[in-house]
Amino acid sequence: MAAKDGREVSSKLVLYSFWQSSCAWRVRFALNLKGLSYEYKAVDLTKGEQFTPEFEKLNPLHFVPVLVDGDIVVSDSFAILMYLEEKYPQRALLPADPQRKALNLQAASIVSSSIQPLHMMSILKYLEEKIGPQERFLFGQTNIEKGFFALEKLLKDLAGKYATGDEVSMADVFIAPQIAISAERFKIDMVKLSLCIIGLYFSFVGYDLSHLIPL
Amino acid sequence: MAQAHEEKKLKLYSNWGSSCSFRIRIALNLKGLEYQYIPVNLLKGEQFTPEFQKLNPIGYVPVLVDDEIIVSDSLAIFMYLEEKYPQHPLLPSDLQKKAINFQAANIVCSSIQPLQNLAVLKYIEEKVSPDEKIPWVKFHIEKGFEALEKLLKGHAGRYATGDEVFMADLFLAPQIYVGIKRFDVDMAKFPLLSRLNEAYSELPQFQNAMPENQPDAPSA
Repeated sequence: MAAKDGREVSSKLVLYSFWQSSCAWRVRFALNLKGLSYEYKAVDLTKGEQFTPEFEKLNPLHFVPVLVDGDIVVSDSFAILMYLEEKYPQRALLPADPQRKALNLQAASIVSSSIQPLHMMSILKYLEEKIGPQERFLFGQTNIEKGFFALEKLLKDLAGKYATGDEVSMADVFIAPQIAISAERFKIDMVKLSLCIIGLYFSFVGYDLSHLIPL
Repeated sequence: MAQAHEEKKLKLYSNWGSSCSFRIRIALNLKGLEYQYIPVNLLKGEQFTPEFQKLNPIGYVPVLVDDEIIVSDSLAIFMYLEEKYPQHPLLPSDLQKKAINFQAANIVCSSIQPLQNLAVLKYIEEKVSPDEKIPWVKFHIEKGFEALEKLLKGHAGRYATGDEVFMADLFLAPQIYVGIKRFDVDMAKFPLLSRLNEAYSELPQFQNAMPENQPDAPSA
């Protein structure tokens, strides 16, 4: 919403987030890239804060992240990112070229459908209970590596400094948090992966991290 | 529309049983887009042929080829079709309703479908126990269906997000189909999804896209 003098009234954006959530991280990354300031509201998933009546009204599915923009409430990182892309088109995250746009969405899909769901807390807890902690770790690690190899193949001819060229794009918004949490939580041996993902990793590390560090 | 003797511009690499392919078949039907159906037999490993790998090195279906453009992944294909062929829009223009569609689609793509695929089921069967396979998949489908019932409660009309068919319906219909046909999910627990499923069964664009109606479906 523009103020009377045309200024973007940016503080109205509210992000409900949990510091460790890679899905919330994607949205924080995008908000920062688009230069959108927002109020951060922490939802501590370990303390069950996603089940408070206040949060339940915003998202009956009890997931983070949730973005509130005036009257509009958007849940799910993909839905939020598409909303931001349309409502705040500055610093577009999806290229205009249809082929490149499609590849960005495919990369995002690989992360959000083939990698992240398989290392969700609830899944890992189930495996730990049914098989054991070692298997839990191995399952997470195996699926992440599988997904990373798929991304390597996909991005092989496209990657520049970042996933799909020399500008940060939607693919990076999904890939960067995934690399960061994988390397740390699942001890993924980044050396196994070729230049493509490693290049992204080090670009990510070299990129201005101040706004990416989880709160 | 293409003449019968002309090669069709759009090519869809698809597998009859793949719910991801099913979504795109519905989209193409709704937009009135003719396409050449190219089957990929996943059980025979045809996704690993050099020809298919050139199209999609990750080996998944569906893949859409539109002249020079090659798009893989049902979400990416959907967004491509929506932009390139805007007839019969499959996303509402209202930003809130549009977001609900993306959220519903993503519940299917990220919270349900990845946990019911062959590789994961095989893993559960081998590493946990064969008896755990069905409870596992039913648990995740039902959890996802409960989430969808809650999400769509205030938004559904004749279809998932109103009185017109939109993206959410394209992702829901194949998932409901799989839940019922493959895993015997008790739909009585999901009155809204049951009602939507009934509505889909009356639409020829959905029916023509069904697995058993595809050229590569095994004969009865």
